[in-house]
Amino acid sequence: MTNKKVIELEDAVVKFVGDSGDGMQLIGTLFSDTAALRGNDLATFPDYPAEIRAPHNTIPGVSGFQSHIGKRRVHTPGDKVHVLIAMNPASLKANLKWCRPDATIIVDSDIFDEKGCTKAGYTTNPLTDGSLKAYKLYSLPISTLTREYIEGKIGDLKAGMRSKNMVMLGVVYNLFGIDLKVPEHLVDKKFANKKTVAELNKGAQKVGYDYAENNNVFEEVLHVGPAELEKGTYKNVTGNVATAWGLLAAAEKSGRPFFLGSYPITPATEILMELAVHKSLGAKVFQAEDEIAGICSAIGASFTGAMACTTTSGPGLSLKSEAIGLAVMTELPLVIVNVQRAGPSTGMPTKSEQSDLYQALYGRNGECPVMVIAASTPANCFYYAYMAAKYSMEHMTPVILLTDGYLGFGAQIFKIPKMADMPEINPPIAEPNDPDFKPYIRDKNLVRKWAIPGTEGLRHRVGGLEKMDVEGIVTTDPQNHQRMSELREEKVKKIGDFIPEQDVYGEDSGDLLVVSWGGTEGAIRSSVKRMIADGHKVSHAHFNYIMPLPKNTTDIFSKFKRIVVCELNMGQFVNYLRASLPQFTYQQYNKIQGLPFLVAELKEKYNQILEEI
Amino acid sequence: MAIENSIEKAKEELVKQDFVSDQMVKWCPGCGAHAILSSVAKVFPKMGYKKENFCMVSGIGCSSRFPYYVNTYGFHGIHGRANAIASGVKVTNPGLSVWIATGDGDSMAIGGNHFIHIVRRNIDVNIMLFNNQIYGLTKGQYSPTTPMGYKTKTSPQGTVEPPFNTANLVMGSRGTFFARVVDTRPSLMSEVMYEAAKHDGTSVVEILQNCIIFADKTHDSITAKDIKDEHQLLLKHGEPMIFGKNMDKGIALINGFLEVIHLGKDGYTEKDVLVHDQYRYNPGLQRMLARMYPPERPIALGVIRSVKSPTYDDMVEEQIAYAKEHEPIKCVDDLLQSGDTWEIK
Repeated sequence: MTNKKVIELEDAVVKFVGDSGDGMQLIGTLFSDTAALRGNDLATFPDYPAEIRAPHNTIPGVSGFQSHIGKRRVHTPGDKVHVLIAMNPASLKANLKWCRPDATIIVDSDIFDEKGCTKAGYTTNPLTDGSLKAYKLYSLPISTLTREYIEGKIGDLKAGMRSKNMVMLGVVYNLFGIDLKVPEHLVDKKFANKKTVAELNKGAQKVGYDYAENNNVFEEVLHVGPAELEKGTYKNVTGNVATAWGLLAAAEKSGRPFFLGSYPITPATEILMELAVHKSLGAKVFQAEDEIAGICSAIGASFTGAMACTTTSGPGLSLKSEAIGLAVMTELPLVIVNVQRAGPSTGMPTKSEQSDLYQALYGRNGECPVMVIAASTPANCFYYAYMAAKYSMEHMTPVILLTDGYLGFGAQIFKIPKMADMPEINPPIAEPNDPDFKPYIRDKNLVRKWAIPGTEGLRHRVGGLEKMDVEGIVTTDPQNHQRMSELREEKVKKIGDFIPEQDVYGEDSGDLLVVSWGGTEGAIRSSVKRMIADGHKVSHAHFNYIMPLPKNTTDIFSKFKRIVVCELNMGQFVNYLRASLPQFTYQQYNKIQGLPFLVAELKEKYNQILEEI
Repeated sequence: MAIENSIEKAKEELVKQDFVSDQMVKWCPGCGAHAILSSVAKVFPKMGYKKENFCMVSGIGCSSRFPYYVNTYGFHGIHGRANAIASGVKVTNPGLSVWIATGDGDSMAIGGNHFIHIVRRNIDVNIMLFNNQIYGLTKGQYSPTTPMGYKTKTSPQGTVEPPFNTANLVMGSRGTFFARVVDTRPSLMSEVMYEAAKHDGTSVVEILQNCIIFADKTHDSITAKDIKDEHQLLLKHGEPMIFGKNMDKGIALINGFLEVIHLGKDGYTEKDVLVHDQYRYNPGLQRMLARMYPPERPIALGVIRSVKSPTYDDMVEEQIAYAKEHEPIKCVDDLLQSGDTWEIK
């Protein structure tokens, strides 16, 4: 290895693809964890097939795992692939379009027989017909190596052949010049309870590594040096797990019992599953009979004093609309997490989109204001879930937290906070026998008290019917309805006094301000960085607080010649801004393909706008 | 956890007045709901719980105004969702005595799903199902319990859909407690409500209630003065199923079916009459009893089924207690540090 040429890379996008039974998620995760332990920054994304068990070796059965490792900070799982590892013809066929023109492609040549190629829809063998000439192609006999390795070691050859993914992983480690110390440690940890499996896998890794090393398969070593990260303890988290943990953290900080009422729905189910595991923290997780029962049980729990949440995706949010109105009317805290997916209707459940913003802002009957927050990276799902719960409890209002499938399934390294450093959460809980208690008496922030059943001297009734200001009795008095409607609106707007100011990446004035929100932060930040590097006066304002908007939004917008709002929908945030801050002119860039933004297409749009100035 | 232990007791003896709210009761004069309200106000103080530990939850409909008329913690929900809301209340705080006021529209139609699932889970709540066989608050449309052929504003030629049998819906959902009463028997109602409240698990009390405006006399074949004794069978656990003005009729199992026998006729004596067993786990006979309907057979009133089974809320508490004792993660800091982590120095 010492004689090989070392190519220093700022970052590398590595994608492992194969049949859904080939163990791609496992080796993708192991590779990523190894990179993280070696100090790289990291963002990953699993690319599961929609079907649970699609036909073997066909395109619908392709499973993938993309890992973006960096010496520089990485913001996304990456646009284009530097290194593609393809275990079968179908996975190669499905993923070639994501490869850089000069990508390295490693395949298991043993699987590229006529049958395999035909099943994938190839008419000729891509390894030999010259179609991959532009790439650095390595056809290696991975299956043969695996068979030789397991023969004599394991009786069940079919089961033994499963370790071919580990043989391939060993090859990839050799390409990246990663010695096997860290990977072996991770395999031991992963299979701590299955020592023989751990040994078999470690051996398989070594077979692949040694084969590549001894045969000088790669002329070069790809080296991605450690990133400059803040001191601290880190771990790798998906957005969905981070969301679950943020909610649990808020419950602990507030001293309120935790309740989740939820119904499984892609891509939000993982939050429900993660929370179900943590009964030792007192988390009560109610898997309801439907989406409506999910939110209604949470509202009942909130009335009873729990930090209550419900988690869902777009179609589920539609079903919850009426109940969100109930939470608004009863002025109870509630966190509603919507892991957005491509819609409308069932849409494309495994594909991501930002098209539920209108639904979050407006999707209810009556004048029904709800705070809306959007997380923007897998790791900051923790923080925004926490803040959603904090504002919800402190301001006695439902809060919708928008994430999306890319954030939810995507993983990123996460600097582990200490609970002692998290912001305080002080819910306005009514004291027993408070002589001044009334259901709708408010403090200076227009927040009513949380009077929890069981508390002495506070018996009262709330509900979906309009209530008299302060007293809380049912009334249809016209002036009262006007007043209560205004109070509910004003209360949510007042949260604007508590949220942080909006920040701007780049200069705080210039030719073009790129505005975005939610899960597109990484791609857009990368594109703006490159524009700045190219010498353009471009800045980026990425919004996490949507309703209410940060107070300094007007100041920021007024300092740029042009504003372009980029979102993965047909223009929902831009229209919200047009309605909220009509004094500015907004341009927009939208994409609705179930795919993230690519840096190149964003840059093209910015350049086009800059030329018009 | 038996219910007696889980709900805090009142320090002083409570009276009906402790639960009377200051709100004007706006049900129609003569509505059966008044009798239900009065019966509940009698039962609550008898339970001996702290008055703050009662929580009344409702959905939408005439029945669902109930929380405003009793002075407890109350939650008036949205249509059909009372059972779902109450599930969250009870699971969050098993130390509350949770009562649900709901109707045949709320729990049999729009909220049917939540109804069968709360019953299936056996969450320890008390459901008062006001069954007036009509939509009252929306002014007279048929409901899922309206008898087939009944003419309403939305069925001018009579309905063409058979009604639910509430009891069988409950027992089909593995219900552990079902009782049926009529609004014209307030003392039976109080007795049954008390038993329902003491039951560990979901109790369903179906109250056959008269809607004086839109379905007046809908239960007349059961409650009319001249026939009520012949058409009502008051069940009491351990006692023979005898009824009739002169207590001369009984229910017997003949060839696998429940039949009315006349004591002293055809050689029948009291020995041939079935004895009610509300605690029998197998619901077979209880389901047959619940299906009886006049004029062929009397309707069965009282507690039809009351069996022991673990409650959802108890099992949740047990799982949490177990996890707290045995799992290594004791706080969120532990959680955050769990799994694979690494230091950047």
